[in-house]
Amino acid sequence: MKIGILDIQGSVEEHFEALRKLRGVEVSLVKNLGGLEKLDGLVIPGGESTTLSKLIEKFGLGKGIQGVIKRGGVVYGTCAGAILIGKKVFGEGGVAKVDEKVKPLGLIDIDVSRNAYGRQLDSFEAEVEVFLKGGAAKVPGVFIRAPIISRIGNGVEVLADYEGEPVLVRQEVPGGGVVVAGTFHPELTEDLRVYEEIFLGYSVTRI
Amino acid sequence: MTKGKTQRNTPKLKKGLAQMMKGGVIMDVVNADQARIAEDAGAVAVMALERVPSDIRADGGVARMSDPKMIHEIMATVSIPVMAKVRIGHFVEAQVLEAIGVDYIDESEVLTPADNKYHVTKSDFKVPFVCGATCLGEALRRIDEGACMIRTKGEAGTGNVVEAVRHMRIIKEEIAGLQELSGSAQAAGMKKFAKDERVPLALVEGVVVDGRLPVVNFAAGGIATPADAALMMQLGCDGVFVGSGIFKSSDPAVRAKAIVEAVMHYDDPNVVAKVSEGLGEAMPGQEIDELETKYAERGW
Repeated sequence: MKIGILDIQGSVEEHFEALRKLRGVEVSLVKNLGGLEKLDGLVIPGGESTTLSKLIEKFGLGKGIQGVIKRGGVVYGTCAGAILIGKKVFGEGGVAKVDEKVKPLGLIDIDVSRNAYGRQLDSFEAEVEVFLKGGAAKVPGVFIRAPIISRIGNGVEVLADYEGEPVLVRQEVPGGGVVVAGTFHPELTEDLRVYEEIFLGYSVTRI
Repeated sequence: MTKGKTQRNTPKLKKGLAQMMKGGVIMDVVNADQARIAEDAGAVAVMALERVPSDIRADGGVARMSDPKMIHEIMATVSIPVMAKVRIGHFVEAQVLEAIGVDYIDESEVLTPADNKYHVTKSDFKVPFVCGATCLGEALRRIDEGACMIRTKGEAGTGNVVEAVRHMRIIKEEIAGLQELSGSAQAAGMKKFAKDERVPLALVEGVVVDGRLPVVNFAAGGIATPADAALMMQLGCDGVFVGSGIFKSSDPAVRAKAIVEAVMHYDDPNVVAKVSEGLGEAMPGQEIDELETKYAERGW
């Protein structure tokens, strides 16, 4: 399967190096609509959500990202990527006020609060319990100025949580596409199980 | 990672924040209004400082850490990471910035050095550090002291990119030089380099295997145009700092946005051409030879 990394800014190379290790996966970096058209899966990497949001809008990439899902593909947003694919984004003031600095694409029925654990001094590493097809497992979770998924809609499945908060969620959208949002960075670890679950566990038979 | 335990301020987290800034532009700002303009333009972080380098050059005198009040205001205004500068070796300024809770500290040659023998022992701090370098040895000395991000020194406040280019090329050439050796000659070469540059051999070996520094490496010092930024990206930098280049130009908001877009599409001359149109005046530039003080010569 062909998986692209949205190559605007952020942990692009790290996702690329991780996905390259998966069997049967062809990875590429994409930064224009043409590149997005050929994909079965797309990773929106960690980075700054304000920056990514502005550049997605400026270069009209939103449609191409939606196209991946419409074709039955998988879109996986990590950290900033997770912020970008939800319905609503909240800032430091909590869920009282929508953060207008980011324009989310609304691909998955979740709301996300930015920098919800605090600043860099509050960034943390912790084990995260992931509910894989083969059973529960613990994977290393790297959370950097991470957001919190503050609401999950109907049909959104929790794949992992940390201290009661969902940190990896998945929704199958009508037509067969899959959208996954995660607030931690598997690309900064050697553990590939989250990628395998997201891209190989669910989608390989479909595509 | 210890099983089941939550850990903070680990090297992975410190280096990781810089990884999230890759492919982005970090902009110098001197107040909350400028910080907002930078964030709106798509900056991945802002560097809070009292005066941009070109003003420090013009004003002369001792340049120090900024007023904590100003840094607080900037932190309250923007949602992107906030960095701030300390003088070389001034570990108490670093303690102050850590107490304020900034996201990154720049131990910077742009400020007047506070210690002519020692840099800050950066591994003692919870907040990650970025440091300037002019060559591979200097970069590795800073990393050995605990820096989690490197930037070229360039020559700040000049609007002249030549020194940033020179520093980036030197780092690349030194890495390539060690990589070209083989067998026992390479082992000896790495050992000699480590000894001459006073850095651990393991750091040198890692650089030779990876073909790059073990931390994110940005360009800084003299970047004034979208083409300057794209040049540094094509030379292999992970992102760029723009200091005086934005807020000393005639239209900062427009230029800031153009530089952000040029960094994303650094390898596409059509985009760089398009974003370079009608930006107004760039900051006034200076010849390196005519400078009274070369900031890049501060630090070692």
